[in-house]
Amino acid sequence: MKNLTIPEEEYMFPGHTACLGCGATIAMRYTLKALGKDTIITIPASCWAVIPGVYPSRTLDVPLLYTAFEVTGAAISGIREALNAIGKDNINVVGFAGDGGTADIGIQSLSGAVERNENVFYIMYDNEAYMNTGIQRSSSTPKGAWTTTTQVGKIRDWKKEKKKNLVEIMVAHNIPYAATASIAFPEDYINKLNKAKNIKGPKFFHVYATCPTGWRISPAKTIEIARMAVESNVFPLYEVDHGVYNITYRPKKTVSVKDYLMAQGRFRHLTDEEIKEIEKDVMNDWNLLQQKESFTKSLKKVE
Amino acid sequence: MNDDFPTPITTQPSTFNKTGTWRTFRPVIFYDKCIRCMICWKFCPEPAIIIVNAEKYTAPRDAIKKLDAPEINYDYCKGCGICANECPTKAIDMVFEESLEERE
Amino acid sequence: MKLMLTGNYAAAYGAKLSNVKVVAAYPITPQTTIVEKIAEMIANGEFSGRYIRVESEHSAMAACIAAENTGVRTFTATSSHGLALMHEMLHWASGARLPIVMSVVNRALGPPWSIWSDQQDTISQRDTGWMQIYTENNQEVLDSIIMAYKIAENENVLLPMMVIEDAFILSHTMEPVDVPDQKDVDDFLPDYNPKYYLDTKNPMGFGSLIMPEGPFQEFKYKGYKAMKNAIDIINNVDKEFGKKFGRSYGGVVEKYRMENANFALVIMGSIASTAKDVVDKLRDDGLNVGLLRIRSLRPFPADIIKEALSNLKGIGVFDRSYTFGNGGALYNEVRNAMYGKNIFIKGYIGGLGGRDITPSIIEKIYMDIIENYEKGVDGGYEWVGLIGDKRWE
Repeated sequence: MKNLTIPEEEYMFPGHTACLGCGATIAMRYTLKALGKDTIITIPASCWAVIPGVYPSRTLDVPLLYTAFEVTGAAISGIREALNAIGKDNINVVGFAGDGGTADIGIQSLSGAVERNENVFYIMYDNEAYMNTGIQRSSSTPKGAWTTTTQVGKIRDWKKEKKKNLVEIMVAHNIPYAATASIAFPEDYINKLNKAKNIKGPKFFHVYATCPTGWRISPAKTIEIARMAVESNVFPLYEVDHGVYNITYRPKKTVSVKDYLMAQGRFRHLTDEEIKEIEKDVMNDWNLLQQKESFTKSLKKVE
Repeated sequence: MNDDFPTPITTQPSTFNKTGTWRTFRPVIFYDKCIRCMICWKFCPEPAIIIVNAEKYTAPRDAIKKLDAPEINYDYCKGCGICANECPTKAIDMVFEESLEERE
Repeated sequence: MKLMLTGNYAAAYGAKLSNVKVVAAYPITPQTTIVEKIAEMIANGEFSGRYIRVESEHSAMAACIAAENTGVRTFTATSSHGLALMHEMLHWASGARLPIVMSVVNRALGPPWSIWSDQQDTISQRDTGWMQIYTENNQEVLDSIIMAYKIAENENVLLPMMVIEDAFILSHTMEPVDVPDQKDVDDFLPDYNPKYYLDTKNPMGFGSLIMPEGPFQEFKYKGYKAMKNAIDIINNVDKEFGKKFGRSYGGVVEKYRMENANFALVIMGSIASTAKDVVDKLRDDGLNVGLLRIRSLRPFPADIIKEALSNLKGIGVFDRSYTFGNGGALYNEVRNAMYGKNIFIKGYIGGLGGRDITPSIIEKIYMDIIENYEKGVDGGYEWVGLIGDKRWE
C-alpha cells in the first residue's frame, strides 16, 4: 500500500544536471505525471535546455524538441497542426518555457499561438529571472529583487518594476483556461492539469519554480520558500476558467511578506519602508483578485 | 553516437550520470521516526527517492507497517536537503558526506 | 492542364501538388498572393494541408521546423525583410537537417524601402546551409517546387531548399504554365517518410547541446557532405523530371548556346531571359557568345561551372546584389571557381531595387567583355546603370 497524493509513475530520469534543489525540475516532474506518455514537449533556450545533459543524454521519457529562445508558441503550433494533419489529435502538445522565454522574448509567439486557439498546453516555469544565462532580470522578476542586471550598488538599482502578470495577459486573449500553480502545492497543480486535459484550446500555466541559486537561498528551502510565497499572498493560487476567476487555495496561516522576502538573499538590501511598499502591493493585488473572483462568478452571460 | 543520425538526437537516459558524486551532505532516513507519508518522495527534484516494499524496514508502529517506505537512491541524490527540510517528523538527518567516508 | 498563372500562383500549385501537410507563413509583398492562393485552395477543399496563420516570419520558420520534425511535409514562403527576420531559424532548419521547401520572392532590402526585385535577400542567406535554386520563368517555379521536395527529402541530402523567383517580374506576371496532374506528381514524388521524428512510441530529444570535444564539428561535416551530395541529386532529379513531364532545366546550371562560345555572361534569375535574347541577336551578328545560367547557387557547383567556362576568352558575371566586399557575391564565387585559369573575368553589379536591366545594357556588357578581355585576366568589377552614367545608357 502506498501513501501517495500524486500519481506514482515517473516520466523523468535522474542523473540530470540541474542545480541542487532546482524548482524547475520539480515543476517538470509534476507536469509529466499529470500529462503522461502521450505527450510531445518543446523546450526553448532556458535552464531546462541544459538540464537533460549534453548529447546523447536525455532526461525526459517523452519526445522532446529543443528550440530557439523565442519560438515556443510557434513550435507548439507547428507540432499541433502536424499531428492534427495526420490524425493524431489525442497527443498532448506542451510548450515548457521559462519566464524569460515567455514574458519577454517569447511573448509574441505565445500571443500568436493562443490567439489562433491552438489546442496546446503552455507551461511557464517562473524562476523570476534569466537564470540559465546568469540571473539577469526578466519582466517576471519581482519588484525589489537583486539580479545581475539590476544590482544594488551605490544607487540601489534593484528592480523597481512590478512583476508582469502573464495570467492576466492570457485572460485578455480569451483563452479557455489559465492558472497559477506552485511546486509546493503539487496536488493543486496536478488537479488543474487534469482539468485542463478535458478542455480544447490553449491552456496556460504560470508555475512558481524556486531557484535557490539565483534567489540566494539554501537548496533545502526550495519548497519552503514556494510555500511561503503562497501563504503570504505574494503568489496566490487561482485559475481562470472561461473567464471566471476561482481562487483554489486560501492561505490558512498567514506568513508575512517581510518574512518571505527576508528569507531570500536577493531581497536582503530592502529597508523596512521598501518592504512596506511591497506589502501594500501584495495586499492590493490580493484584494483585487478576490473581487475579480466574486465579480466574475456573479456575472450572468447571455446564452 | 549513432553514425546514422544527421543531427544530434538524444537517446540515452541520463541515468548513466551518477550525480550522487555531487553530494556534500547526505540525507539519512531514520525509519523509527518515518511515518511513510512520502512527502520526501513527492518533493525530490531528481527524483532520487524510490518506493520500497513495506517489509524492508521496521515501522515504528502497527498502523504504518503496511505502508511502502521511501528509500534514498544514493547514486543520484545530490544532497539538496529538501527531503530533510520537509519531513514532518524530522526523520531525515543531513550528514556531512566526508565524515561518512572517514568512518568507512 | 495549361493555365495562365503568375509565378506566385505557380508556387501555390507546386505546394498543393506536392501534398504539403502544413503551411506556416506570414504575408509580405510580393509573396502575398502565394499564401492567398493557398488559403483559397484550402477554403475550396482543394488543398489537403493545414495553414498556420503565424504572426511573423520568424514564427513561420519555427512552426515549419517543429511540424517537419513531427514527420510531415511543410512549406512556407517569404521575401526580403521577412527572409531577413527568419535568419536565425534558417540556420536552425539546416542544422536540424529538415527538408523544408520555401518559396522566396527576391525583393530588395531597405532602407531605402523598395518592394521590387533584386537578389540581396537570398544572397545574404548563402551561409545558412539552405539550398538555393534561382528560377527564370513561372513554369520553372512550379516544377522546381515539386523537384525541391524530391531533392531535399533524399536521405543523402536532408537539407532545406529555397525556390527563388523575381519580384513582380515573375511573381505577379502571368505566363502559360502547364500544371501537371496530381496522379503524375504522386508517381514522381512519394510521401515524406522520415527516419527520425517526434514519436511518442520512441521518445528522443532533437537539438541538444554538444560540448567542443563532442561531435559538433562532425555533425556540421555531415551537413557539408550532404550539400555536396545535392549537386548530383539535383542533376538526377532534373533528368528524371524531364523523362516524366517532358521539361528539364539542366540541373544545377543551364548552358545557353555555349557551344564554341568565346565570351559568356554568368547570370541568375529572370534577367537570364533577357540575356538569352541578346545572345541570339549577337550570334546573328556573328559573335560567338553564350550564357551560363546558374540555377543552384547552393550547392555551388564549382567543378561544373569551371568546366563550362574553361574554353572561353572572356567571362562576365552579373550580380543583382552587392556585398560591400571585393565585387559581387556571384562574381566572387565564379572567380574562385576559375582560379588558376588564365581567363579574363569581370563583375557587373546592377538591377538593384528593381532597376530594369534592358537588352541594351546586357548587350553593352557583352561588348565591354569583348573590348577588354585582352587587357589582362583581372577585369575587376563595376556598377552598371547608375543614373547619369552615360556609358551604360
